[in-house]
This record gives sequence, structure tokens and C-alpha cells, in this order.
Amino acid sequence: MQFLPELTLLGAGLVIFLVSLGKTDTDKIKTVAIWLGAAVLAATLVSSGAQGSLFYDSYKIDLYSQVFKCLIAGAMFVVLILGRKLKDIKNSVHPEYYLFLFISVLGLMMLVSSVELLAIFVALELSSFAVYIMVPMRDDSGNYRFQMEAGIKYLLFGVTATGFMLFGMSYMFGLTGSTQLPVVMEKLSYMYDQPAAIIAIMMVLAGFFYKLALFPFHFWVPDVYEGASNETTAFIASVPKLAAVALLIRIVSMVNGEGQVIVNILMVCAVLSMFYGNLSALVQTDIKRMLGFSGIAHAGFVLLGILTFQLSGYANALYYIIGYVVMNLACFLVICSISKNGENVQISDLNGLHKRSPLLALTLAVALFALAGIPPFVGFMGKFMLLTGALKQGYLFLVILAAINTAIAIFYYLSVVRVTFCSDPDNNSPVVSGIFTNATSIVLLLIIVIMGVAPQGFINFATSAVQSIM
Amino acid sequence: MDQLLINPNYPHILSTLVFLPLAGAILLLFVKNEFFARYWALGITALTAILSIPLVSAFDTSSAKFQFVEQYNWVDSLNIQYVIGVDGISILLVMLTTFIMPLCVLASWSYIKTRVQTFMICLMIMETAMLGVFMALDFVLFYILWEAMLIPMYLLIGIWGGPRKIYASIKFFLYTLAGSIMLLVGIIWLYKTNNYSFFIPDMMWQSYSLTAQIYLFLAFFLAFAIKVPMFPFHTWLPAAHVEAPTAGSVILASVLLKMGTYGFLRFALPITPEATTLLMPYVLWLSIAGIIYGGFTALAQQDMKKLIAYSSVGHMGFVTLGIFVMNIDGIEGSILQMINHGITTGALFLCVGMIYERTHSRELRSATGVGKYMPIYVTFLTFFSLSSFGFPGTNSFVGEFMILAGAFKHSIPLALAAIPGAVLAAAYMLRMLQKIVWGGTDNPDQSWLKDLNLREIITLCPFLFFVFWIGLGPQPFIDLMHISVINLLDQFHAHQAQAVAAAELILH
Repeated sequence: MQFLPELTLLGAGLVIFLVSLGKTDTDKIKTVAIWLGAAVLAATLVSSGAQGSLFYDSYKIDLYSQVFKCLIAGAMFVVLILGRKLKDIKNSVHPEYYLFLFISVLGLMMLVSSVELLAIFVALELSSFAVYIMVPMRDDSGNYRFQMEAGIKYLLFGVTATGFMLFGMSYMFGLTGSTQLPVVMEKLSYMYDQPAAIIAIMMVLAGFFYKLALFPFHFWVPDVYEGASNETTAFIASVPKLAAVALLIRIVSMVNGEGQVIVNILMVCAVLSMFYGNLSALVQTDIKRMLGFSGIAHAGFVLLGILTFQLSGYANALYYIIGYVVMNLACFLVICSISKNGENVQISDLNGLHKRSPLLALTLAVALFALAGIPPFVGFMGKFMLLTGALKQGYLFLVILAAINTAIAIFYYLSVVRVTFCSDPDNNSPVVSGIFTNATSIVLLLIIVIMGVAPQGFINFATSAVQSIM
Repeated sequence: MDQLLINPNYPHILSTLVFLPLAGAILLLFVKNEFFARYWALGITALTAILSIPLVSAFDTSSAKFQFVEQYNWVDSLNIQYVIGVDGISILLVMLTTFIMPLCVLASWSYIKTRVQTFMICLMIMETAMLGVFMALDFVLFYILWEAMLIPMYLLIGIWGGPRKIYASIKFFLYTLAGSIMLLVGIIWLYKTNNYSFFIPDMMWQSYSLTAQIYLFLAFFLAFAIKVPMFPFHTWLPAAHVEAPTAGSVILASVLLKMGTYGFLRFALPITPEATTLLMPYVLWLSIAGIIYGGFTALAQQDMKKLIAYSSVGHMGFVTLGIFVMNIDGIEGSILQMINHGITTGALFLCVGMIYERTHSRELRSATGVGKYMPIYVTFLTFFSLSSFGFPGTNSFVGEFMILAGAFKHSIPLALAAIPGAVLAAAYMLRMLQKIVWGGTDNPDQSWLKDLNLREIITLCPFLFFVFWIGLGPQPFIDLMHISVINLLDQFHAHQAQAVAAAELILH
């Protein structure tokens, strides 16, 4: 029961592997993959109440980890649905694509439960390596080979970030003589006057900064988003970020006492992320690149909750990242549906979408307004709570800078809404979206609105989830 | 909570008014019939207008409390409440909104030809947001509606607007949003200072430090001055007005601009009284600058919509002038002038829209000399133009007279400086009127123009009715707001006295 989600994922990977051994019918594999995804989601939901610890206390199963596993499984399921045609992946590697997808998710699920340095490292690498392979799997028919560039960039930056993390872990072990996270952080808390302790923590956090695309580990984002196929980008932009936030909260929540230096560093990272992301997004023409930069800015906002070092702040960060993933998935749902053969979508391709597919246009507009932080959607509530939490701690200047960023960001979101709603289509071909896609987009829309209008239940839930690790 | 009055006879009237249009909009999502959409929107907005009548008849004019209050918890962890109510300051604005919306639907009847359902949905969502802004007594509720309103308005301008709609809509959105960002920070600061509560009446008349008040006032000022718009922040207005469809212009002029001045009255004065006193002269002279600047620029316009847009800058300058002279005549005059401006300028935009529907041009030159062929039209136009520059017997005369009376009480040079604005108003309005009615020897051929049809006459008649009602018998309107304004001023002066006493205590 405690290990059920992970086992199901492993099983799903094996099933796909076995199917791929025979003569493969890609349609069958796609259907099988979606059913397997549903099975994983069901398994995580079934085991959501599990408690306990495994593998000599290096693997903890509590409400917090189970909530994140449910979220990860849910996001993965949406990615499977919106990318169920795998338009831009070579037919011959479809089974392998799904295999690596499941393995990557397995790594992320193990990550949110790990409380031991080596376990964290192994889980993180498991998830990363699978994605390193998924990125260059894009079909090479155009001979642009930019997916190769994206793949190699993702790999190199990933390895660098992992290097930082390992280095930091070695410091941690050297300073404390243990690899158990609670023990390590407990002992480190007496050493905050020593630079080594601070450097160790920051270097370990760097690994998750990379996954979350936070300044200064964001350099891979635009090229990977652009180079990977739409479905892969949807995955990279949502699921790993959930796990990264989970671990950031887990580690930061163990920093106690004199952690002011860490707060200051996090503040600088948050502000630079926001400004870098928003200012760069202003000039993008490729919508995936734009969403990539906007993701960097949003990561900065998430950090705003984490750096308060308060239970409510962590809960707000959790609420915000859930909202962000939902909004982001809604955007990618539209991108994947519009892109005919899986090619990248330019902002100008969205011209007159309101005529070609009213539902998708509405989904995109609502998601973008929500990302921009316009009420009554989840993006506003999330930002509002993060700002309130930060100001409660007295970070007035930080709040003002964050608020200014909201104003900058509106421009590029608005210019996408403009082309979707306010201009006439260049080509009148209606966008066909299947019943699955329509149903998913309606569900995402409802989540965006309901989380924004009635946030209380979600906040209580997030608080109780975070409470279980405090 | 002693500022609240629950009216047992009408327990849910305000919520009904707010959510009826929203429900109408949501239901309309599922209908794909343009014909039905028009009647549905007209029905819903008219029903809202009718349902709002008991507000006036049951309003207790002897109390300065918030009435018809409804209060529910919304987000417990942040102590955000859903609490709405009206007092003498907001009730007239609520009524103005409910009454103007059906007329906006009528004005768009044949003007809007594409995507009619979407248009009507936007109009109804606008109504929900606008009514909510005037009623909200929780600062987060206020801010959410204040921002949410930008989306439908953006779409109104951006989809059904004129040739430069993209530029105008984005400028409108960016300006307003950027202005209100600091308001959000201010709100959160107030929340923290006021024992973690967003309840607006509890934030008023507290003793915040002067520095904090000044920063708060500046945050308020930026948000509200852009919305009004006051002189250096007005540049989005002509662009938005010119490109917006008629209904959009009417909503902008009649309701949206009032939110800025309403914000000054509701928030800036009671929450930051000392900063208001300190910064009052600057705001007053900015108002004067707006009056004069608006007048001169309006005089030079060739585009009718731009002319009226700039005249709005001038008229709203009068309103802010009246608010910040801080006496009873000034403030009552301002509130009345907000309503007057809503009626008169709204009607003028409708008139321009009617010409535009016929000639597809807003140029003054192409509309010269229509008086001969459209007698009914120019009759309406004449009355509204006279009203616009405050001709005695029309509504604006009463408002401007009260504001100037207040200004004279406050400072004679200030009042004298505002007088040329009134003259300029007459000049640009009469210039426009002369050209449209008679024109010159080089009039284009207008003989093919048809005069107003019944629908258009019905649209304009209510405006004319209120022009003369307020012009000839303004007392019932003033009675509605009188106690609230007196209460506001009493509290303001009491607070001033208290602050002065405290300052002296520290000095000695």
C-alpha cells in the first residue's frame, strides 16, 4: 500500500516495454498508455492516506508526499491526454517515449518521499535522465536538429546543477556526518554562522532551482521549451516543477533559527527570476518560449512563499504551484491542439482562434489572464496570498518589486489574448479538438475559476499537507 | 460593525443586483442565437434596473450607515469577507449603473453586428463588476472586482472597436492595471496594520503615521487619478473613447470614470485624512489644470468622440475639485456632478454613435448641417450640449454651481481659476453644435440621412428626463447623500482636530 503508486508506475513502464517488444501498433500503445496513466492516478489516490517509512527511514510516506504524488499523477494524466496523438514523435519510438515518461514520473514520485541525501540524488537523476532522452526524441523530418541542441543543453545544464548539488551534499555529510536529511538539517542549524553550512544548503537547493527553472539555473529553459516537442514541453513545464517545490519546501522547512542569510539569498533569486523572466518574455514570438520565460517569473513568485519560513507561506507556495501547473497545462492543451503536425506554435498562428475553436480560445484566454494574475482566477488569489504572506513578514520592498512585475507581465499575456480574440483568422480552417480534449479543457477551466473564487478549501488542504512535515 | 445596517425587508437585494447579470451572462454562453441574445440582455439589464428601485424607496436618508448590508465569510484564513452595502455616497452611482445598462444594450442593437452573444456577455459581466465595486465593503472584494472589470472592457474595445482598437485597448488595460498595482500593496499594508482585517469601514479614521498616510495616499492617488482620469494621467482616455463601440464609450464615461472619484471619497479621504489635507493643494491645482487643459484640447478637436472625451477630462476636473475643497457644497456638488456627467456625457456619446451608424465617420466635418434632415436628432443633441456646459435649468448647472460655491468658500483664487473652464465648455460645445446643426456653405450632401427611429428615441428619452429632473428639482438627489456627506466631513474635521491636538501635545 505504501509503495503502491511507485510499483504501479514501474509496472506501467514494464507493460509498455513488453508491448514494444512485439510488432507495435502505435494506436494501441497510445490507448494502453492512457489506461496505464489512469491506473497510476487511481493507485496514488487509493494510497493517498498511507503513512509510514521505508528503506531504513530514507523514504517517508506521509500526507505531504502522498498529496504531491496525487498531483504529479494528475498532471501526468493530463499531459498524456493532451499529447495523446504524439504528433511530433517518430512512430518507431512511441513505446520508448512512454516508457521514459513513466520512468521519469517514477523518479519524481520517489523524490517527493525521499528524506535521505543519496535517495534524493538517485530519484532526481532517475527522473532527469529519462527526460534527457525524451527531449531529442522529436521527429527530425524538418532536419532542423534543434531538438538535439535542446537535448544537449538540457543535459549539460542538468549535469552542472547536479554537480552543484552533489558538491553541496558532500559538504553536508562532511559537516554533520550523516546523510539523513532531518539529522543533517538539525546539526546544520547550529552552524549558520559558518559560510560552509550556508553554501552547502544553497548548493543542494540549486538542484531543485534547476528543475523549477529559477534564476540562476534557468538558462536551459527557452531553448529546451522551443526544441522539445509540444507534449514533452508540457511535461517539463509542469510535472517536475511540482516535485521541485515539494523538495524545496521540505528542505527549507527544516532550516530553523538563524537562517536569515538564506532568506536574503532566496529573496535575491526570487526578484531576479521575476524580472529576468518577465522582461525576456516581452519580446518572444514563439509561444512556448514565452511560456518558458513566464515560468521563470512564476518560479520567483513561488519562492516568495517559501522564503517566509512560515507554515502559511509554504501552504501558499503549494497552492500557487498547483494553480500554476493547472494554468500552464491549459495553455499547453491549446498549443498541442492547434499545432497540426506537432510544429511549434508562433503567437501569430493563434490569429482569430475565437472563430476556429471558441472553447480553446476561451481556455487560452482564461489561462493567460490567470497567469497574469487578473482576478477572479487562481493566479490572482495565489499572488495575493503570497504577497500578503511576504508583507506579514515585513518584506515591503520585496512585495513592491513583485507587484511591479505583475504589471510588466500583463503586456505579453495580453498580446496573446489580443491575437486570439481581437483579430480575424488568417486561415479559416477550424481546429478539431476531440471530446477528450474538450472535456479536459472544461475541467481545467473550472479548476482555474473555482480555485480562484473559493480558495479556502484548497488552502486548508495545503496547510494540512504541509503541516504533516513540520 | 456598528457602521452597518441590515435592512430586514430586503435581505438579499444587493446580491441579487450583482449576480443577476452574471447569471444572465453564464446562461447566454449556451445560446447561439443573436436575436435572442439581444432580447435576453435587454431583459436581464432591465430587470436589474427595476429591482434596484427599492434601494431608493427603502433607503433611510437619516442614517449615514451602510444599508442593505449582506455579510458572509469568504476566505477564512485571510479573513476576507463577502460584505456589501450602500450608503449615501454610493447609492446614486449604483442607480446610475443599473439604469444606464439597458440603454447601452439598446444603443448596441444594430450597432453591433458581429459576435453579438459575446458582446452581450461582456456587457453583463461589466455590470456585475461595476455594481460590485460600488457596493463592496471588503477591500479584497473591491480590488477583485476593480481588476476583473478590465477583462470585459478590454474585450469590448479590442473586439468591437475602431481601426486603432488594439492600441487603445492595450493602453487602457496597461494604464489601469499598472496604476492599481500599488493600491494592492497598500491594501495588504492596511490589512496588516488593522489587525488582519480587510473590512473597509474599520480602516477609516484610524491614526496611521503621517509618512504611512502619505505613501498610502500616493498609492490611492495613482490608482484613482488614472481612472478619473486626472490631468497628467488622462492619455488613455481619448484613445479608449475614440476606438470603443458606442456602448463601451457610454460605460466608460458614465460609470468607469466615476470609480476613480468614488475611490477618492470612499478611501482616500477617510483612510488618509491627514495626507489629504497635506496634499490637497496639489490635487486641487491638478484639477484646475485638467479643467483648463481639457477645455482647450476639446476646442481643437475635429473628431466628435475625441471632443467629448477631452470634455470629460475637464468635467471630471470639476468633480475632483469639488471633492478636495472639503466642504459640504463641494462634495455634494461633486457627487451630483458625477451623476450629471454620467447622464450627459453618456447621452452625448450615444448621439455621436447614432451619427456614426449612419455616416460611418466621427469627423465633425462629415456631420455638418444635419439639422435640416434630422430635426429630432438635433433637438436631443442641443439639450445634451446645453447640459454639458452647465446651462441653467439643466443638471450640470446645479452640480457645477455647487462645486464652484464650495471652491469659493475654500479659496477665491482657486475658484476664479476654474471659471475659464466653464466658459471654454460653452465654447467647444457651441462650436460642435453649430457645425452639426447648421454647418456652413460647404456642407456635404446629408439629404439621404434618416432621422432617429423609435428605438433610438426611446434610448435617449430617459437621459433627457433626468437632465431636466436634476436640473429643475435636485433636492431628492441631494437628500439621498446629505447625511453621509455630513458624516464624512464631521469625521474628517474631528480627526483633524484630534491630530492637531496630538501634535501639540508632542510639541509641548
